[in-house]
Parts: sequence; structure tokens; C-alpha cells
Amino acid sequence: MTDSQTDRPGDQPDADFPDEPAVPASQQTSRKAADPLAEINARPAQSGGGPDMIQLLTPEGQRVPNDRYDPIIEALTDDELRGFYRDLVLIRRVDTEATALQRQGELGIWASLLGQEAAQVGSGRAMRPQDYAFPSYREHGVAWCRGVDPINLLGLFRGVNHGGWDPNEKNFHLYTIVIGAQALHATGYAMGIQRDGDVGTGDEDRDAAVISYFGDGATSQGDVNEALVFAGVNHAPTVFFCQNNQWAISVPNDKQIPSPIYQRARGFGLPGLRVDGNDVLAVYAVTKTALDNARSGQGPTFLEAFTYRMGAHTTSDDPTKYRISAEVEVWKHRDPIARFTTWLLREGIMDKAFMDQIEAEGDELAASIRERCLNMPDPEPLAMFDHIYVEEHPVIETERAELARYLESFEGAH
Amino acid sequence: MSTTQMTIARGINSGLRAAMEKDPKVLLMGEDIGKLGGVFRVTEGLQKDFGEDRVIDTPLAEAGIVGTAIGMALRGYRPVVEIQFDGFVYPAFDHIISQVAKMRARSLGAVKMPIVIRIPVGGGIGAVEHHSESNEAYFTHTAGLKVVCCANPADAYWMIQQAVETDDPVIFYEPKRRYWDKGEVDTSAAPCGLFESRVVKEGSDLTLLAYGPMVKTCLQAAQVAEEEGKSLEVIDLRTLSPLDLPTLTASVKKTGRVVIVHEAPTFGGLGGEISARLTEDCFYHLEAPVLRVGGYNVPYPPSRLEEDFLPDLDRVLDSVDRSLSY
Repeated sequence: MTDSQTDRPGDQPDADFPDEPAVPASQQTSRKAADPLAEINARPAQSGGGPDMIQLLTPEGQRVPNDRYDPIIEALTDDELRGFYRDLVLIRRVDTEATALQRQGELGIWASLLGQEAAQVGSGRAMRPQDYAFPSYREHGVAWCRGVDPINLLGLFRGVNHGGWDPNEKNFHLYTIVIGAQALHATGYAMGIQRDGDVGTGDEDRDAAVISYFGDGATSQGDVNEALVFAGVNHAPTVFFCQNNQWAISVPNDKQIPSPIYQRARGFGLPGLRVDGNDVLAVYAVTKTALDNARSGQGPTFLEAFTYRMGAHTTSDDPTKYRISAEVEVWKHRDPIARFTTWLLREGIMDKAFMDQIEAEGDELAASIRERCLNMPDPEPLAMFDHIYVEEHPVIETERAELARYLESFEGAH
Repeated sequence: MSTTQMTIARGINSGLRAAMEKDPKVLLMGEDIGKLGGVFRVTEGLQKDFGEDRVIDTPLAEAGIVGTAIGMALRGYRPVVEIQFDGFVYPAFDHIISQVAKMRARSLGAVKMPIVIRIPVGGGIGAVEHHSESNEAYFTHTAGLKVVCCANPADAYWMIQQAVETDDPVIFYEPKRRYWDKGEVDTSAAPCGLFESRVVKEGSDLTLLAYGPMVKTCLQAAQVAEEEGKSLEVIDLRTLSPLDLPTLTASVKKTGRVVIVHEAPTFGGLGGEISARLTEDCFYHLEAPVLRVGGYNVPYPPSRLEEDFLPDLDRVLDSVDRSLSY
């Protein structure tokens, strides 16, 4: 054995290990907790996002000064701020209507965004037209901000298509149901932007960035971790936007995430920030900064939007089986729309009349969505053979003809 | 006509070069494909000539490679992905099956996935585990994908270019034990379309259907059989999905007998599908049941046993005799 081998760092026990655990006690798992309430109270979901969390608006609607992000908020016009409010309220209204449509049997399933409106509107409004979003399947608020007609989102949940919108029309990719897969697609797209030379030119209408959306559960997937590796080594113009809504169906953060998610980014060589996901101003300011950085060639950023899934995972889920209502009550006080409303009213940016106007607009929108959903036709059987390949394919054509003949054989029959 | 001698590996290399010269959107992605030129040197010299942005040495993560290739394709690029060995494609399986194959249908035709996934396939090189597999049936079973396999240098040169030009995703199999086989390549014109099978030796008594590494084995078998007075027709499938059924049925209707040969295990393999189709289409022309020769239905064995596992000349001829005895 040579000297250099005996000098390996690992040979000196505990040389690099701190005496104290890296994870704060409040964020550790106490697997043997006798009192289930104590365990729940210790969860970050209950205790809040901790001192690193960027917050510009408290749950009570108080502005928290922040030297770095205040100029971004101050640059927003009153119209834009009222626009955020409109987005938040309308997308919640769309979500409520979709949930009702599912309950009435018009949708097979619905994945509600309730509670995550600020995370989605704040980040969605931080994008420029040439940016590209890669959603999971709950990003109805981002779709809204991109200008995707909400009726398009319902097709998938009604079972008439698997998505069906042209992603290039609004630079909003199709919903991706396989957890975390879209993080890689987003990274590849960003690598394409690099190759097109659309990064760091200084032309604000040309430079583009990509944002991928996924949840806390997705951070366990290899795809998300591989995406961070690929984005890191390629310095890709992309933002990873993790909506940590505390629950991956029935599994809470402490059984999913060994250390705070935003801290993981450092290991991949990119900055990681935790932002209050229920604070539309903070999400907007932080995401805008990250996207600006990406567009100007400063590489990727990982953002953890600390939020809460107020509803079930989907309409097929029953959260009463795995979480207590006290936890939900805590988060009701952190509601993203309530705090923003308080602030806008106090600042005199909007008034009750404006709120009434938006409420009426929401009712109209919901009625229109309901009507269009009910009128959404089932696809023709032969449509299943469409768009499988670009080029003609003998098996597809043979089977299409077979089904057509079979269906025709029933015509005129009683 | 301008013909050049080259190996299959060189054929693919030259084909990739031609494709990249023709279309600036074509780029290569994979592990060790840059300076090294890939573990089989198929991409040798391409990074030097086309740069690191177009010949990308990726991190060692197959899901990451195919997943980012999807993003590149969405941005308008035509990525050609190299999977280092057949047995390493499985980490990327989810992206190939759930994303690449389905993206066009999901978008109702709004987007396309012009991605080529190159996979060196098959055994016979004395490799360690996971380096000798024939996994084509997983991909031929999946709608939305096209699957081809080259068997000679001319096809290697032309088929890779045709695959790159295809707007649908193509799984491109390369017979790794034949990489160094030499042959004449006419670089002036493609011999035929990508999704066509070809009669590589005409015969009248029985049809041998093969692809990739087994084409050479079948040609040798046909030669030996000829010395015994049996006339075997050999067809190189070239395209595994879609199948070129008209070419196959024309031959089988002529000979009345058929043996399908592939390295992959027979159970659930492509030979089963071909057999079912031929039985349905050629029922009254068949003089014998459709027979298959393939790998046994076990995990690929340690390499010291691979000669017993893989179909060879004698096993092919044994099945020919069985068919002719009906």
C-alpha cells in the first residue's frame, strides 16, 4: 500500500462529518413519535417554510421588504397587479367548475390546483412569450397564463383525447402524466435554444428560457435528477419549478424528501431557492429573476415553491384517510388569494367593485366551460388510428379499414 | 455508380456524416461518442468535424439522453441517439414507450418525433452480461415506433440516412458482431426504401426469413443446402416494424415453406408475429407449419455458452430439414 492510498480522506473517520445533523430538527422525521400530532406539528408543512423561504407578502397580507426583489414588484403596474388577482380568481373558478363537472360524471377525473394558484400564476406571469413551459398535469393556472383555453385542459380528463392542443401555439407543452418525465424534455428543449443561439444575445424578444413544473414527489424520480445533471453540465437556460404541495398523493414530505428540496440543487451545481408558493408576488419576483438569468446565459435555477394541496390529489383520492383536517386548517390561513386580496384592498389598488366584476366574469367563464364541456363530442371510433405516425403505415391502414368495415356491418341493423 | 469497400461500422459512420452534412438540424447524442467515437467507433471523427454542439458526449444516463432528445426534437432538431449496448436501453424505456412513441398522437398530430435511436444488438462477441441482447420485440410491440435492422454495409450506409430523414421515430438496430464485415457500398443511390424487405438470394424450395446478424448465417445455410440440392430463398427483413408483408407473402406463396430465424428468444418474439401473419395470408400455400429458430427462452447465457444459445448454420439447416420433411 502506498502512502497516497493511506492518506485518503475516508480513512480518517468522521473527518468531514459535522457534529450536528445538517437537517434542522423541525424537518427531521421522527418515525417513533408516540403522539401523531407531535409528528405532524414537526412537519415543515405545519411549521412553515423556514427562514430561507422568500416571502414578500405574509399570510396576513403584510408586505415584507426585500432589497433584491422589491424593485421587481415596484415595476408592476396596478393593471398588472389587478391582472394577477383576476388570474388567481378565475383559475380557481375554473378549477371549482371542473371538480363539479367530475362529480356530475362529465369528467372521468380531475386534478385540482386548489391552494396552488399563486405558485402557478406568479411563475406563469413571469414568463415571456418566447419562453416555453413543460407542465405536469395540474398546471391549469400556468396554462391560463399562457393563454391556453381552459376547455382544452378538460379533454384529457373527459377522455376525448390525451391532451390535444398544439404545444407550439402558446409554448405550453402537453400535460405529462408520467411523473417527472417533462423535466428532461424541458432540459432538452433548453439545449435546443442554446444551439439556436437564442441565449444571452441581449435581445429581449429573442432570448428564451424554459420552465418545467413538477411536484415534491417527482423529486424522487430519476428523471428529475437526471434533468438537473443535464441542465447543470450544459448550463441550459431552464428553471426547475417544484411545487412542493407537501403531499405526493398520500405520502408526506418526510417520507419522500431526505433534506429540504431547494438545498439539493447545490449538489447539481445550480442555485436552489425556496419561495413562499402561496405568495404571488414572491413567486413572480423570484421566477422572473431565475428566467431572466436563464435567458441571459447564466444557466439554470431550481425553485421550490412551498405551498399546499388544499384538495385531494385527484377526484379519485380521499385525503381524510391519511391527513388530519387540522393541517388543512393551518393552510387555509395561508390562502394565496386571501392575502393578496387584503393587500390589494389596503393599498387601494383594487376595490370591491373590481372584485365583483371579476366574480361575475368567473361565473360567465364557468358557465361557458360547462356548456362547452357538455357539448364536447366523443371522437369517432376511426379517430384512434389518426396521428400515430406521420407517414402512412400499413398496419394502421389495414386495421382502420377493418374497423370501418366492421362498423359498417351494423348500419341499417336494428 | 461509385462503389466503395467499407465495413458496417464505417457505413453507418459515413451515413451519419452525409446526414449531418445535408441537414444542420441533425445532431448526435450518446455516451462516449465524441473524442472516443463510441465504444464501437461508429461515430469516429464526427465530433472533430461537426463540433461538440452537434456530437454531444452526454452524461451517463440513458433516460436523460432520450428524455433530452425528445426536448431537442420538440425544438426542431433531429437527434440521433446512440445507446451503447442493447442491454442498456432499459433505463430509457419509459421515454421511448411513453413519450417518443405517443407524443404525436397525444398532440393530435401537432408535433412529430424525428428521433433515431441506434442500438448495437445481439450476441456472439463474447461479452459480459447485458451486452448481447436482442430486445427488438419490446419495440415492435409498440405503436408509434418504427424498427429497422441493417445487415450489410450498403444498407448500413443508406438505412441510417433514410432513418434520419424519417419524420417518425426509428429504432435502428446494428448487428454488433457484424460491425467489421466488409462489403461494397454504392454511395450514389439508395438500393431501396427503408421499410422494404429484400430477397437477398432467390430459391424455390423454402424461404428463410432473417434480419441483422442472422442474414449472413442464413445465406451460409442456403449455400450449404444448395450443395445438397435444396434451393432456399433468403429474405433480409430490414424493416421489423412495419413489416413488409407483401414481399414476405410473395416468397412464401412461391416456396410453400418458411423458417424464421432470429437471435431473440422465440417466445413472444417477432417470429411469432410473422408466423401468425403468414399463416393467415398464405394458409392454402403452406406445405408445412411456419417454423422458428431463435434463442432459447432463458436470459442471455454467459458467453461461454452463447454458441449453444444462438442459432447457427446447423440449427437453421435442422429446421429446414424439419420443414421439408412435412
